[in-house]
Amino acid sequence: MSASTEVQKSVPAASPTRRGGTVLSQRRKAERRLGWLLAGPAFVVMLLVTLYPILQAVWDSLFNFRLTAPQDRAFVGLANYVVTLTDPLFWRALGVTLLITVVTVAVELVLGFALALVMHKALKSVRGLVRTAILVPYGIITVVSAFAWFYAFDINSGFVNTWFAWLPGIGPDTNWFAGTWSSLFVIMASEIWKTTPFISLLLLAGLAQVPDELSEAAEVDGATWWQRMQRVILPNMKAAIMVALLFRALDAFRIFDNVFIMTNGAFGTEVLSLLAYRTSIGRLEIGLGSAISVLLFVCVLLICFIAIKLFKVDLTSARGGK
Amino acid sequence: MMSSPQSKKAKERVLWALITAAVLVYALFPVASILATSFKEPSDLTTGKFLPTEWSGVNYEQILVGDAQVLFLSSLRNSIGIALIATAIAVVLATLCAYAIARLDFPGKKLILTTALAVSIFPVISIVTPLFNVWRMIGLYDTWAGLIIPYLSLTLPISIWTLAAFFRQIPWELEQAAQVDGATTWQAFRKAIVPLAAPGVFTTAIIAFFIAWNDFVYGISLTSTEAARPVPAALAFFTGASQFESPTGAISAAAIIVTIPVVLLVLLFQRQIVSGLTQGAVKG
Repeated sequence: MSASTEVQKSVPAASPTRRGGTVLSQRRKAERRLGWLLAGPAFVVMLLVTLYPILQAVWDSLFNFRLTAPQDRAFVGLANYVVTLTDPLFWRALGVTLLITVVTVAVELVLGFALALVMHKALKSVRGLVRTAILVPYGIITVVSAFAWFYAFDINSGFVNTWFAWLPGIGPDTNWFAGTWSSLFVIMASEIWKTTPFISLLLLAGLAQVPDELSEAAEVDGATWWQRMQRVILPNMKAAIMVALLFRALDAFRIFDNVFIMTNGAFGTEVLSLLAYRTSIGRLEIGLGSAISVLLFVCVLLICFIAIKLFKVDLTSARGGK
Repeated sequence: MMSSPQSKKAKERVLWALITAAVLVYALFPVASILATSFKEPSDLTTGKFLPTEWSGVNYEQILVGDAQVLFLSSLRNSIGIALIATAIAVVLATLCAYAIARLDFPGKKLILTTALAVSIFPVISIVTPLFNVWRMIGLYDTWAGLIIPYLSLTLPISIWTLAAFFRQIPWELEQAAQVDGATTWQAFRKAIVPLAAPGVFTTAIIAFFIAWNDFVYGISLTSTEAARPVPAALAFFTGASQFESPTGAISAAAIIVTIPVVLLVLLFQRQIVSGLTQGAVKG
């Protein structure tokens, strides 16, 4: 609501010169030049650090190229993609990645919304405390989070087995990191803990945009809390929710740190990023690793495309762009 | 409705005390857990208890003055230096860029913002393979510059978004008003605009620093020695004092040390960080 007025306000320099055509175009030209002069460096740097490497990756992916035998580098066309796409390991990693993405994002959406409500409604006396606490997982290093959760569940140094021994299936000998599902459980717990604050802040921004009068009017009309939530608040937050979902989904899809620290891909917990890392950095197969990297990038593009076309998520408007 | 306003207020207080306690447990428990582990002696690690039987500083000794000192302190130096430089470069470039976007009329604004968005959703692992190869050829592998450059792909986009949102809210007319009142252009900018823009720039710097500080993929892929390896990567490669000793305690202690700056920044600038993240996120 306020953004449109701000945008108008933000270009006052141009308006007083609207009289003479030549004066205007001169000023306009100068303003354009200054605009690109100021914004250009950032733009060029962004392209250099991402566009160039991804093009290089596409190029590398067409070669059979190992750093251990550089003289054997040969053009192989799409062979690396064929190898990757016919490898069950790739599909399994993709499946695990998708599973982690769906589960963590779903849990985080609910938990994040609850936290956003708490931050939004908190009494003045505790607001600062609550917000500070919620920012701690946001700021903490993912690797630190991974170690904290890993050590808590670890069969040797953990306390979870002792604390929850009363639950069926948990005892002093429960090895969480020896099975796919139990490992994934801890990996996802760490991921959720670390990234829920981010999603809750995005949702908090959405909550703040719902006019209080709407909710109050509904309350006067006798709507219960749940009705107000369902009919007034959630529909008005749809844009914010979709953006939060998409951002987190793309982020979760890149999951790497937690898996690397806790299982390093063992016991069927390999994810796409880890597969790419182990192929190119671990085994020095640059060609094959680049192909996996490119496929991962294509997946991210696909998720974006689906979100924008199917669910009509307007990222630029919701992220403040004009 | 039926109860008196007094008791309703008291009820609300109790409810908020409970909610606050729940949020605190959620947010701080894993930190408390690794903090407790960091004070355990090696023999105390396998008790299955949360708290150490005896609080010991042996792990901190090991990483700060003991045999893990070189490994940890050099990685700490690398992390601080690399993250600060990457943040500074990103914030300077983003300030100029966001100023132009908020203030000037020129074609391509949308292109720049869309590019920033695209870069921020880019999978890091997709860029790291070609960089790994190129950096080895041109000698940037295992150097500070070799990490600072790719870190810009993490810090620059979010800085541009956050700052553009901040700058859009600055009442730029103040500058002209000051000029009308007789101030020079520079005075008007310094006295009217800088105080309004500085908090936004500072907040952006904190957020960008967190992101650079958190990086792991670039850190393990593009370094190989103490020359440039940052803390998260060093933690992953920590080994115990001997082959038979687990590095659990040392890693926990190191984890706590690198968490201190995060907690301090959050404690001091909670309000700014929240407003920075929410403004950069949704401003319709």
